[in-house]
Amino acid sequence: MRGWIPGRSTEDRRDRPLTTDRSSEARNAPLPATRPGVNDVRRLKVVTWLLCLVPFFWLAWRIFDDGLGANPIEELIHWAGRSALVLLLGALAVTPVRRITGFNRLILIRRLVGLFAFSYACLHLLLYAVVDQGLAWSFILEDVAERRYITAGFSAFLALVPLAITSTKGWIRRLGKRWARLHRLVYLAGALAVLHFYWRVKADTLWPLVSAAVLLTLLLPRVWWAYRKRKARRATA
Amino acid sequence: MIIRTKKAIPSSEITSERHYLNRRDFVGAGAAAALGLEAARRVLMPGELLGSVPGRGVAGVQEAPRGIGRPLLRSGQEPILRNGRQAFAGITSELDEELNSYEDVTSYNNFYEFGTGKDDPIRNSGDFKPRPWTIAVSGHCSKPGNYQLEDFLKPHRMEDRVYRHRCVEAWSMVIPWRGVPLADIVRAAEPTGAARYVRFKTIVRPEEMPGQRRRILPWPYVEGLRMDEAMHPLTLMVTGVYGEDAPNQNGAPLRLIIPWKYGFKGVKSIVSMEFVEEQPLNTWQLQNSREYGFFANVNPEVSHPRWSQARERRIGRLRRIPTLPFNGYAADVQSLYAGMDPRTLY
Repeated sequence: MRGWIPGRSTEDRRDRPLTTDRSSEARNAPLPATRPGVNDVRRLKVVTWLLCLVPFFWLAWRIFDDGLGANPIEELIHWAGRSALVLLLGALAVTPVRRITGFNRLILIRRLVGLFAFSYACLHLLLYAVVDQGLAWSFILEDVAERRYITAGFSAFLALVPLAITSTKGWIRRLGKRWARLHRLVYLAGALAVLHFYWRVKADTLWPLVSAAVLLTLLLPRVWWAYRKRKARRATA
Repeated sequence: MIIRTKKAIPSSEITSERHYLNRRDFVGAGAAAALGLEAARRVLMPGELLGSVPGRGVAGVQEAPRGIGRPLLRSGQEPILRNGRQAFAGITSELDEELNSYEDVTSYNNFYEFGTGKDDPIRNSGDFKPRPWTIAVSGHCSKPGNYQLEDFLKPHRMEDRVYRHRCVEAWSMVIPWRGVPLADIVRAAEPTGAARYVRFKTIVRPEEMPGQRRRILPWPYVEGLRMDEAMHPLTLMVTGVYGEDAPNQNGAPLRLIIPWKYGFKGVKSIVSMEFVEEQPLNTWQLQNSREYGFFANVNPEVSHPRWSQARERRIGRLRRIPTLPFNGYAADVQSLYAGMDPRTLY
């Protein structure tokens, strides 16, 4: 969880220029302007935090503006669900954007965005189960089992749980190569989340289809890269 | 209030006050304070009043008491119309439910012609012009033609009625509508024996209705009722809410309310009323026949494929409440469906 606190993670320290000069003078000297240093990383994280909290700023404004309208519970559930989906797509965007633009330090915020997505998903589920359904378990179980959009949404949430748990440094180290394999579950979670959204709407499928298009755009380069990698490996073998 | 005749305004206001007081005398002064509220409530409890309707079908309906104020009226008197929102303070439904606020009723709407968000109709309906308005009456009837809205409504008596409004999406409100029993309007058109259903259409005006610029649904919106449903005294052709003309987002200037059916049956901004032989293919059935049928009677036991209909969220309340068969109007309407499998009536 250290990665949540801006400027505190080991990645930041790794970004300091390597030096053998152990004098306090050298350590306290301002970082060279030409090379991105700890301040840039901190800025990146602060910006990410602010962006991930935009839904809360928006929510505060809505509460101030019209108290969330006539059906605030529905509005809150939709708010949390939308935020979770957008941030999940945001986390999925990190790798393609990083590889295409070469802005490699984006990798430093991927976990942060992913955990924010998971947090909004938790809120979404809690609002549904506690506030909307009043913890009426028979209704909730019926929903999860029989309403396919809820089955899809709940499955997406379940797929995210192990990813959130294994997001710590300790788990990354412990799982080694298996960690990357496990975290491919995020593709499934993304697809299920979009399906959940698509099956939920009554007639206007515009936004579900937009999110499906975004998801595909983010997944297709990965398919292409995986294909090329395999081809290259076969060529060398 | 364009819809009412000049005569109706003063007489209704005067009788309202006097008979309100008479009623107190009649019942006795002992519980005057409690009865003040009770009297106000009875004015707006058509469900109970109609419970005693003798017989069904057109013949029975003709003798049916008016939905409003039966205890306050002698024959020939005008029904009481409450003017302005303030006049509805303290009014409840026949089940003692509080009214939803005017803001709830007019800001949380499903009216896809103005967009699919609940607040789209109030935000996007500003350019819509509900006057002048013409409604086309056609099909199997003796009085077809294009009627100006004012002429169309003039022969009939306006009433205020408090109904529960249950959306297929499992939310509900309690709303004081103003309108004319559809039975009166149908009778005036003199349908012939061949008329078995009535088909209604919403206006198509993409230039004023931004939702119609995309084909979210196949426009125009179409709804229909079986003849006996159209003639039922609970079925209301609505022109207003809270004692005022309905705002655009509520389906101005003319919309249906069938309180025992899901809200989507209540076709809005009606420009066409047609008497037909075949059961009309209503828009939501056309869109998705697996999820939406023709009858759409409120039934807590038949789930929508995507959510339970057993409970509903009453807008303004935190806890979900149980949904009632036929939305609480079973005693009045279930005989219409005698012998039909309720599972096919979604």
